[in-house]
Amino acid sequence: MTDIERAAPAQPVMPAWEYAAAPESRDIVHLQDRYGLFVGGEFLEPKSGRWFPTIDPSNEETLAEVAEAGDEDVDLAVAAARSAAATWQGLPGSERAKYLYRIARALQERAREFAVLESMNGGKPIKESRDVDLPLAAAHFFYYAGWADKLEYAFPAATPRPLGVAGQVIPWNFPMLMAAWKLAPALAAGNTSVLKPAETTPLTALLLAEVIQQAELPPGAVNIVTGAGTTGAALVAHPDVDKVAFTGSTEVGKIIRRNLAGTGKRLTLELGGKAANIVFEDAPIDQAVEGVVNGIFFNQGHVCCAGSRLLVHEPVFDELVEKLQVRLGTLRVGDPLDKNTDVGAINSRAQLEKIGELVASGLEEGATIYQPECVLPERGFWFAPTLFTGVSQSHRIAREEIFGPVLSILTFRTPEEAVEKANNTPYGLSAGIWTEKGSRILWMAERMRAGVVWANTFNRFDPSSPFGGYKESGFGREGGRHGLEPYLELGAPA
Amino acid sequence: MTSGQRLPIRRTAKLFVGGQFPRSESGRSYEVWSGDGRLLAHAARASRKDLRDAIVSARGAFAGWAGKTAYNRGQILYRVAEIMEGRRQQLHDELVDVGAPDPAREVDVAIDRWVWYAGWADKIAQVAGGTNPVAGPYFDFTIPEPTGVVGIVAPTSAPLLGLVSRVAPAIVSGNTVVAIASEAAPLAAVSLAEALATSDVPGGVINLLTGHPSELVPWLAGHMDVNAIDLTGCPPELVADAERAAAENVKRVHRASTDDVFSAAAQHLSEITAFVEFKTVWHPIGA
Repeated sequence: MTDIERAAPAQPVMPAWEYAAAPESRDIVHLQDRYGLFVGGEFLEPKSGRWFPTIDPSNEETLAEVAEAGDEDVDLAVAAARSAAATWQGLPGSERAKYLYRIARALQERAREFAVLESMNGGKPIKESRDVDLPLAAAHFFYYAGWADKLEYAFPAATPRPLGVAGQVIPWNFPMLMAAWKLAPALAAGNTSVLKPAETTPLTALLLAEVIQQAELPPGAVNIVTGAGTTGAALVAHPDVDKVAFTGSTEVGKIIRRNLAGTGKRLTLELGGKAANIVFEDAPIDQAVEGVVNGIFFNQGHVCCAGSRLLVHEPVFDELVEKLQVRLGTLRVGDPLDKNTDVGAINSRAQLEKIGELVASGLEEGATIYQPECVLPERGFWFAPTLFTGVSQSHRIAREEIFGPVLSILTFRTPEEAVEKANNTPYGLSAGIWTEKGSRILWMAERMRAGVVWANTFNRFDPSSPFGGYKESGFGREGGRHGLEPYLELGAPA
Repeated sequence: MTSGQRLPIRRTAKLFVGGQFPRSESGRSYEVWSGDGRLLAHAARASRKDLRDAIVSARGAFAGWAGKTAYNRGQILYRVAEIMEGRRQQLHDELVDVGAPDPAREVDVAIDRWVWYAGWADKIAQVAGGTNPVAGPYFDFTIPEPTGVVGIVAPTSAPLLGLVSRVAPAIVSGNTVVAIASEAAPLAAVSLAEALATSDVPGGVINLLTGHPSELVPWLAGHMDVNAIDLTGCPPELVADAERAAAENVKRVHRASTDDVFSAAAQHLSEITAFVEFKTVWHPIGA
């Protein structure tokens, strides 16, 4: 984005700290040259004969080659899942639980290895993959392990039964965590799975395949096929898949919905968002600044529930924006493996181009940009933390999901206006509320047409806490007791 | 008709939109025949415009209905049962006219179904919601909320009970509905509308259309201000297209089993939760 004029940075209140580089060692990761497809408990060469490189987005270096699953490969994976279904369903729930506990424990034991690989392949800061992605992924398996033998307690007056084979397609922003969100409830409920990781971030899923082998799950209970959109399309359209779970863009979610029309397959979608993060004048402002930064710059803004629209109460607008500008100046952008890094690499060139295109539209439509002085590495995909003020609700940067480190700031005068603006979007995944007043938190929460509402915090997740969207952000919930329902047939008692 | 006998008054079978009884704006109607070949009525044949009007009514009624207390909604659903109880004979005779296999039982079960769902109003959140023991200083809870406007294609069998079994679970959580009645036996819907109009259900909460599903379902499924569709009674040949159209605004799509609408198993909490959204709130804890 060399064509953007940088605004003069606000003066920091204290001199910036100098940090010595503190890179996490990559030695813990042992990469293979090539990764096959994980089908029926083994790594297989793809029948398609095709392989594709997967890179480190922070330096564009190839990490490994990965198999591209063609139609025939998807067929084999679904067949493996189908043939394992009877075995897996037939196990007592308490035994299925033990397998999931094994996976949870292995993820804890090998957490550092997974975290480093996640940061290498996806570009996210090591402190996030280490402190958020991996602990939550392990916790998710641990949580759902405990449900496997308690399904009859989960839904009243019902006889829960597994659906069969789940086809699960996950995104590149939280590769390992999304794999856990998909596999743990599916397996706990007695389904087998074919999981397709995102094209740009397949490596931690393939390392998870190794963990699954070591945990000695029945072969075929979990199958992992790598590839791009065509592989995902073949998987969700496969006639022997009973349930489809997709996390990704609203655009692709709609395509899947159309393709599944009339098939009778069960479907859950976790799609895009354009969340409002609403700061009232009585909010703890310094805490809110941290929360706003976390809301939009966590994981480079590659977060479906990111707080990408900041709604600021007019009386605190100047103060908040100034403090945000100062805070942006202290964000460290760079090497994802450096333990000091706050903002890592953009996941792919395609995503970088999309962010650039939407930022350019913000400038064209007359919004005012702010970016701190920040030296971006020469190689790899990078985007400086960005604020836009002077944003109106009609601007594309206020309506469209940017999925990058770009915050659009709007204002409001009354709580009613905040509600109106927050809900003025086809999305409805999340919302944030910043105020010291408990009654206002609940009053606002009641009025948000969004599936997750954070008060005086943002981007928090927990395996026990259901997550999912209203409106065009999708349907179905992941996490908690509610996260089991998409993987069960809830027949009335016989 | 022999002389001296009173000539009965026939009823004009109209639509039910926004608490009013309009004819179709298109001026169209279609003939409704009894099982034994008598002309029963000319039912209104709703147009796309009527459908849109009904959706506007449903949207307009949503905030008020969803905003009522659960206790209040429960009482209003119960009141529908009370009103129908007083019209048992009429409802029964109309089902006899269309050759329903078990008209007396259908009326009984339809009324009791309102009572069953009425009782759920202030229990859904307790059974289907909950608190979540998250790792952190937050009171974290999940509550069910109505999804919004629900479009319903009522089943053709059991024209009264089938319709009630779809509408009651949709509205009890606070949704508002636009329902397309059984094409061949629409008069049960017309009579239900008349019961609703004299109950306490606010205008626009339940809108009932009669006509040809093939003319209405595609537009209902594709309408951008409808949040969910219940395709339980959708003619099979229209289902795939309806689901495709539903993708445009990511509608929730539900199809209930029509195996035995009379049985107790046909009424279930899952018929309510099919049209709720679960909202999770993280409330801070601190001194």
